[in-house]
Parts: sequence; C-alpha cells; structure tokens
Amino acid sequence: MNVKEYIASGILELYVAGVLSEKENEEVYANMIMHEEILNEVLKIEEAVLKLTSGVAPASYESTLKIIKEKIGLTPDNDLISLPESKINWFNYVGWAASVILSAGLIYVMISNNDLKEHIETVETEKEFLEQQIELAQDDLKEAENLLAIMRDKDIIAVPLAGQAAFQDTYAKVYWDKATNAIYLDAQGLPEPPEGKVYQLWSLTLNPLTPTSLGVIANFESDDNKIFTIENPNASEAFGITLEPEGGSPTPTMEQLYTLGVVSSSP
Amino acid sequence: MSLETLVLQFQKKDESAFEALYHMYQESIRGVIFNIVRDEAIAEELMQDVFVKAWQKSDSYSAAKGRFFTWLLNIARNASIDKTRSKDFKKGKQNLKVDFFVDILQNKTDLNRQTDAIGLKAFVEKLADKCKKIIELLYFKGFTQKEASETLEIPIGTIKTRNRNCINELRQMLDI
Repeated sequence: MNVKEYIASGILELYVAGVLSEKENEEVYANMIMHEEILNEVLKIEEAVLKLTSGVAPASYESTLKIIKEKIGLTPDNDLISLPESKINWFNYVGWAASVILSAGLIYVMISNNDLKEHIETVETEKEFLEQQIELAQDDLKEAENLLAIMRDKDIIAVPLAGQAAFQDTYAKVYWDKATNAIYLDAQGLPEPPEGKVYQLWSLTLNPLTPTSLGVIANFESDDNKIFTIENPNASEAFGITLEPEGGSPTPTMEQLYTLGVVSSSP
Repeated sequence: MSLETLVLQFQKKDESAFEALYHMYQESIRGVIFNIVRDEAIAEELMQDVFVKAWQKSDSYSAAKGRFFTWLLNIARNASIDKTRSKDFKKGKQNLKVDFFVDILQNKTDLNRQTDAIGLKAFVEKLADKCKKIIELLYFKGFTQKEASETLEIPIGTIKTRNRNCINELRQMLDI
C-alpha cells in the first residue's frame, strides 16, 4: 500500500475525530502498527486537535479530580469524605452569621426609625408651639395696630391724667371716643395696686363737682398692655383714678386720688 | 511510560494511571463539553460524569477501536449532547445559539493557561471559514461524514480531503 497516499486521503484525521466505522478503525489501527509513519501522523493530528479543543476550555477546577475520585470510590481516607460535610457546616455557619447580622441590622433600623419618629413628633410639637406664638404675636400686633388707629383717630379726645399729691410719679391717659361712648384707659403709669385694693375710674363734672363711677379695673395685674376699654355715656369734664377697696366704692376716696385730668373744652 | 501501558494500567483500575490520563486530556475534554453546553457549571458537572463513566466503562475500550483520546471525546460529546436534550437544560437555555468554537476563542479573556490560547486564537482567526465549520462539526460535535456533508451542503467525498487540508493548515500554524 502507498503510505503517502493513505495519509493524504484524510482518513487519519477522521480516525482521530472518531467518525469512522468500527471496521475502518480496525484497519487504521492495523496500518498504524505496521507503518510508523502512519502512527506518527496520527499522533500529530491528535496533538493538534488536543491543542485546539483545550484552547476553548474554561478555567479548570483543582477540585474536579478529587470529586471524580470520590465518586468512583478512590478515596478511602476519612479526610476527603468529611470534606463535603465540613463544607455544609461552613455554609451553615455563614447562614447563621448572615441571619444574625441581618437581624441586628433590622433591629438597628427599627430603633433608628423609632428615634426618627420621636424626633419628628418633637419637631411637630415645637412647630405647633411656634405657630401658636406666631398667632399670638399676630393677635398682639393686630391689637396694637387697633390701638394705634384709635389713638390716631381725629375724633378721639386724649386726656392726660397727671399724678396727684402723694402720687406725683404716676400718670395715665384716657382716649375718649365720643361717637361710640367708649374710652380707652392707658394705665401704664400706675403701680400695681396693693393686695385687696383696685383702681376705680371716675367721670367728673366740675360744676358742681360730681363723680360718676366708670367701674373698677379688676384685671389690672393680668393685663399686658394696661389698656382697658370702658364704656362712658357721660358728658365727662374730667377723669380721675382712685385706689379703692376691692369691688369699688360708691364715692371716690379723695386721699387715694392717684391721677386726674380735665377734658379740654373742644376736641 | 507509554500511553498504551498507561491505558492498560487504567483499565486495571490503577489510580495514578487514571490521574495521569485525566491530566493529559481534561482540558481538551472540558473544551469540547463547554463548546456544546456553553455553561461552566454544567460543563463541570459533565466533566465529572464523563471521567466517572470512563472509569466505570474502562473495559469497553480497546486500542483496536480507536485512540484513547477519541474514546474519551466520544463519551464527552455524547454526554454533552444528551444534556442539551434534557428538559431542564432546554428550560434554562432556550435561546442557545448554534455557536462555533471560534466564538469562544474570540470571547475568551483568561488566556493565561497551559495551552497557548493567545497564539491559538490568532491562528484560528486565520483559518478559512470552511475549515472552522468542518472542524467544529467533526471534532467538537461528533458529526458523521454524512451529517457533515448534509449540513455543509458539500459532497460526502469532499469532507475527507477538505478536513485533511484544514487540519494540515492548523498543524502548520501550531508547528506540529
């Protein structure tokens, strides 16, 4: 047989590929034994195919052979048999550790969340408080603007009440709106009345001198701006303030006349 | 120790002979398996199956029937193709494309193993398309000459010579 032609036919490549029939395989085998050239050719073809197929292999694992040997019962020593168990334990521990960490994390998040909620509540309360303050301030402002408007009103008569005798240092002012029969008493210049006493405001006509009580200032201490609105239907010629026992007196106690002021004749 | 002796020892269930043969062929077998299943985990599983089977059926091998490498190659291809036909594999890989081994080389990034894959990649890229196809079918997929001729739509008589020429080209590149 012509060895060169035999090799060139391509049958040896198919032999290595494993696609020949059983009979063809036996023939090639016989020829390989008889002709070293054919054997060498087969070895070279095999080497080329080995290199090519190895080239597309993904990374190998060192553990693969060990596992295979275990599967075919080649590892009677206990070390290797216990290996998968210890692996399982390891995963177990990791699993437990992970769950502990997860739980701790969840608790931490819950605590943080509660803290935040509390903080939000505190802030809400503070906010409400501040809103109230603002509301109050706005009320105060409105009141002040109101007062200012009243004092500036051209129809209002301002009557300064000067300190009398022993009470020189005291003063007050009356703003009298004749249109509405209302007076606004500014009692800023009066000291706080002693326990059991109250200030009483009097409307006076001078000829003859006749006092008419306009009432007591019961809430002097608690009032912030010391401005009191009082009804006055009288044709007053002067106003006076005396200190009287609680509940007021029918006639003024002249020794306790703090301030007095005369209404100027024309508004 | 010659390959024949090694194989004989292996057939007598010699552990070190088995290890030696495993190291000689494992990478190549893994490459063939991976080219068919295209999944590293499944390839690893099949690697184990193939070598376990080889051990268990070692009696069935005889040198007269073919090369030992070819015998392993057949077990690997059959196991891999069986796997691709299994229900669970189809479920996970419904869109598996009919890729060629060439794609693996082109997409490979870990080229630092014992095989000079970088050089191989360059060589394989130079191979004619018809060579890439015929090598894929005959060596990686285990097609018969008839199946290959039908797939490539060339006369069956051409398969043998074309394959010879292609393997020669590869050998030249690899200097074998």
